[in-house]
Amino acid sequence: MSTDTLKQPAAPSSLRLVMTLAIAGLVSGVAIIGIYESTLPTITANKARELREAVFKVLPGVSRMQALVYRDGRIVAVPEPQKDEPVVYGGYDEQSDFVGYAMPAAGPGFQDTIALLYGYLPGKKQVVGMEILESRETPGLGDKIYKDAEFVAEFSALSIEPEIVAVKKGTSTQPNHVDAITGATISAKAVVRIINETHAAWAEQLPAPGSEPPLTGEPADNGTGQ
Amino acid sequence: MKKNESYEEFVKGIWRDNPVFVQVLGMCPMLAVTNSAINAIAMGMASMFVLVGSSFLVSLFRHVIPKQVRISCFIIIIATFVTIADYTLLALVPAVHKELGAFIPLIVANCLILGRQEAFASRYPTRLAVMDALGMAGGFMLALFSLGAVREILGDGALFGFRLFGENFEPWIVMILPPGGFLTLGVILLFFNWFKYKKDEFLADVAEAERSGS
Repeated sequence: MSTDTLKQPAAPSSLRLVMTLAIAGLVSGVAIIGIYESTLPTITANKARELREAVFKVLPGVSRMQALVYRDGRIVAVPEPQKDEPVVYGGYDEQSDFVGYAMPAAGPGFQDTIALLYGYLPGKKQVVGMEILESRETPGLGDKIYKDAEFVAEFSALSIEPEIVAVKKGTSTQPNHVDAITGATISAKAVVRIINETHAAWAEQLPAPGSEPPLTGEPADNGTGQ
Repeated sequence: MKKNESYEEFVKGIWRDNPVFVQVLGMCPMLAVTNSAINAIAMGMASMFVLVGSSFLVSLFRHVIPKQVRISCFIIIIATFVTIADYTLLALVPAVHKELGAFIPLIVANCLILGRQEAFASRYPTRLAVMDALGMAGGFMLALFSLGAVREILGDGALFGFRLFGENFEPWIVMILPPGGFLTLGVILLFFNWFKYKKDEFLADVAEAERSGS
């Protein structure tokens, strides 16, 4: 092949080598900061919108929400939860009356962590909706935990006390039974286990039904952004 | 003449030197993200952006970069473009970004891209380097798409999410699992090699006929 190659005047000085790399690194760093800064607002807005949509999906009849955290022995409403602080979302209807909690939960699935959100009505002790936020379950098998409408519908009026039990498909008889998915038993059971564990972890911390914190401040409302 | 030259650089990547079917490069994303046509296209576009951008810059600065540190410089350039692609996809199409996951940052390790910088962009003028990059990326995308389309049609009964068959179609789930990737790629490589073999045979026949004729 003919080339007009990298013909350099014999052995450039070390300084030149160092300077080349330093300049390349500098330009690259500036470019990366530029793209990070310019996409960050969109990315944050996307995430917030996704979360809000998921909350409204798992809690039917809810039109407002606020973040709730457990501090100093009680559940309080906060505008911005701290990073890594466990948080649940309170859902409120048009009249700002409390409806239920949207509980973020995560745990090991078949391949990787499954992160999900479920709607919980403390008065009825019922799960009323479940949405998978993140999962790497096997395509075609494990991903039925969110692609199979029948399985997702199992969580629309499900008794959570004493605990949810996954049973073989077609054998569910009790209000706390979930039909597992044929061919994806591990993923289906993982979803049930994650919900049970999260429920147990929060059970002591959530206030008695009826004494939930009221909607405060600027309502983080109906889709017009926060 | 000049026009032909750049055309030639473009076409060689699509077919004769196809990065996947002939050079067998970039196998990792090839097998990992081709379980649906849309993922394949998104991966192809991201790779094309990175390859064309890097080839352009590498070719532009080919006389400035000392050859002792050229690989480091190529990697810095490639990594910057990969980061830009990563954040842009995350901001514009979060759903696609979620599907492709770790394979977007891993474009930086795709030997096809570094290979083109070292073998071509650092030795040729910018125009040819960009044509070469477009051709190679086009060939890569073509390969990703053919694998993705076959696997989605057989494994899910759909193409770009549109159902192709009736309710009674039983998806061939193995095709969207990793073994399906190996099977499909194997069959396509078999076809390419058979095709090349037949072509060589034909050319030999022609040469033979010419020799006996003259």
